[in-house]
Amino acid sequence: MTSTRPLHLAAELAPGHGRAAPGPDTAARTVALARLAEAAGLDFLTHDDSFARPGLDALAVLARVAPETRSVGLVPTVTTTHTEPFHVQAAVATLDWVSRGRAGWRIDVSPTGAEARLFGRRPAPPTAELWQEAGEVAEVSRKLWDSWEDDAEIRDAATGRFVDRRKLHHVNFQGATFSVKGPSIVPRPPQGNPVTVVDATRPAARETAAHHADVALIAAATAEEAAALRAELHRGARAHGRDPGQLRVLLSLTVDPDAYEGGPGALAGLIADWHAGGAVDGFHLVPVVPERDLERFAAVTVPLLAGRGLFRTSYEGTTLRDHLGLERPESQYAAGARVRTGAGA
Amino acid sequence: MSTREPRKRIHLAAHFPGVNSTTVWADPRSGSQIDFSSFEHLARTAERGLFDFFFLAEGLRLREHAGRIHDLDVVGRPESITVLNALAAVTDRLGLAATVNATFNEPYELARRLASLDHLSAGRAAWNVVTSSDAFTGENFRRGGYLDRADRYTRAAEFLATARELWDSWTPEGTPKPFAHSGPQFRIDGEFTVPRSPQGHPVVIQAGDSPEGREFAASGADIVFTRHSTLEAGREFYADVKGRLARHGREPGDLKIMPGVTYVLGDTDADARERAAEIRAQQVSPQNAILALEQIWGRDLSGHDPDGPLPDVDPDPDSTLVQGRVRVADPVGTARKWRALSEAKGLSIRQTVIEATGRQSFVGSPETVAAALEEFVATDAADGFILVPHLTPGGLDDFVDRVVPLLQERGVFRTEYTGTTLRSHLGLPSPYERVEKA
Ligand SMILES: Cc1cc2nc3c(=O)[nH]c(=O)nc-3n(C[C@H](O)[C@H](O)[C@H](O)COP(=O)(O)O)c2cc1C
Repeated sequence: MTSTRPLHLAAELAPGHGRAAPGPDTAARTVALARLAEAAGLDFLTHDDSFARPGLDALAVLARVAPETRSVGLVPTVTTTHTEPFHVQAAVATLDWVSRGRAGWRIDVSPTGAEARLFGRRPAPPTAELWQEAGEVAEVSRKLWDSWEDDAEIRDAATGRFVDRRKLHHVNFQGATFSVKGPSIVPRPPQGNPVTVVDATRPAARETAAHHADVALIAAATAEEAAALRAELHRGARAHGRDPGQLRVLLSLTVDPDAYEGGPGALAGLIADWHAGGAVDGFHLVPVVPERDLERFAAVTVPLLAGRGLFRTSYEGTTLRDHLGLERPESQYAAGARVRTGAGA
Repeated sequence: MSTREPRKRIHLAAHFPGVNSTTVWADPRSGSQIDFSSFEHLARTAERGLFDFFFLAEGLRLREHAGRIHDLDVVGRPESITVLNALAAVTDRLGLAATVNATFNEPYELARRLASLDHLSAGRAAWNVVTSSDAFTGENFRRGGYLDRADRYTRAAEFLATARELWDSWTPEGTPKPFAHSGPQFRIDGEFTVPRSPQGHPVVIQAGDSPEGREFAASGADIVFTRHSTLEAGREFYADVKGRLARHGREPGDLKIMPGVTYVLGDTDADARERAAEIRAQQVSPQNAILALEQIWGRDLSGHDPDGPLPDVDPDPDSTLVQGRVRVADPVGTARKWRALSEAKGLSIRQTVIEATGRQSFVGSPETVAAALEEFVATDAADGFILVPHLTPGGLDDFVDRVVPLLQERGVFRTEYTGTTLRSHLGLPSPYERVEKA
């Protein structure tokens, strides 16, 4: 039995918990891993982050990796609880510019009191509220990415205008905990909207994933459980007026391929079976030791899948949206450009 | 010339010509202000020229004029720290300086981002600390615009002090120690996530001009980025700021003064002057001339002919026409000066604006420009320059090809990088040596 849907594969780059604190070798280490993943044709790499454990800023690390890779998608974790939505969206848009259309972001929240005390602005609200706010940050980010229409820059010497201001939009976003006027300071990024990933392995994040994610990560013990979760996310997406065909659901696999029963070859079998059964759109490998596990995955598991015609042997497109088969969205302001001009809009 | 003392070395930086009214976009050679390739080209050129650092400005709200988004100049830029992290991959020694506002950020997050850049660039990070109190920009942020103008440097100083506490919170052996900061602006505690970075503290740049701004620079900045780019004004500023250092227990060499300057090269001085006039005409389009006038007058002057005479009315001192940009300090006085200039030389609006604003700082053959740069530094009008080219991305090419070799021949500019960190290029001590010395 073969699947008609393309298989998507991704992997996590951050060293697991309790690993040595990162230092001067972070850049070289991460570039080496990213190239390994790129040689295997993976869709994207995630890089975990939080303010609560040792590590460099993940978006910074992947910006450093971008010029040294060509195709693989780059998806840092970005937290939305104590950060400024306006800065966050500008940084993600910039990652898309420096990677020429390969950026995503995995939205996360900062639920602990310890994290709140690093900022001293407000105590940590209940997790459900934080995910609601994360959803608002995703929404305002899309508005800001869209706030420059693709053809806003005109360089019209005759009238002396560099931009057509009718194609720049105030977003006037009013959320529960913040508001943003806009427009963004960054022109619309190459993908239009960089890819939004939500780790929906935690139930608290599931609603935000259904509403805002282009890629949702799930955890499941059986193919049936995974299929049910995927169906639930699709229902949620539909309830928010979204096309479920524009939502990819990837199963997170925390494994050491060698320790996996039967080894990295058997892992390929599992991936092929679950995917063929329609349980998920792909897999997100969370290695125990990235250097060792990602190498085994790339060297053994992926070639087996490619050899069976289930996975790409080379990249066909150039952007992360291309790899994931997701459309490049039009700016939400494009149609109404004429009435939404100027500051008074 | 006397050879008794070794000549003062010049420091050079490259300002990316993006969102800036001096950036010429209506020229066939003008490239993208946002594609990474433009940043890469300029940074690689600066590194080929052995520059100290590459500099990015910041603006957190698009400028508006009469309630509408300003559309005549280049607009749109990347987020600075992110693009510098990418540039760290395509350069080796060049310092990487980001302008980041202390009003609309929090110390923990920004200290972490700057320390990350310092790690990922192996010791090349710099932070240009700017402040803002303006509610217009605040509309893009959680905190809004409630900061009093008087508080902008209070917050910036405590912000910087807090950032330094965070950068110092790991032992040199790589163990994090808990920190706690309690002050009027910030009450925070916990553990920093980033080990001590190669430079210890990124290089700190300051770019405000008020007495408070100068005092802030004297108390703790490594570089001042100033607009005082004439010989006279430069010497005065230099003496004032260096004179403030002793009170903070610092030596004159601990703070470098670098004016932002523009330049035009030609085969001969006459040729360069001709090119300079052409560039000024490109920079001040008829529409831009009216706009420049409106920024002084604070009034709608769209009915005026750019090729006609200046308006008769006086400026409106309370105007809110211009948003997102500092308004000239004395509009009435400036208007009077412009009128006098126009009458004395018989100049139209556009010609007056060309004459009165943004004249290029250094115009001449490569020999002339090299000699003038050396004179500035030798006579204590500057320690170096932040060069602002007028073209993206090729605007620095001719300077690196033609002026840098002459500065090297004169013995006032490095012929190779001798260190790997930005601190080493600038001859600045490590922050830990400074502490031990004190
Ligand atoms: C040469 C120069 C460059 C500056 N660049 C920026 C900039 O890129 N972004 C910004 O927000 N402010 C910039 N500023 C503004 C100031 O840094 C400063 O925050 C503001 O002028 C208020 O301080 P002051 O009253 O001491 O001048 C610049 C100022 C100068 C003199």
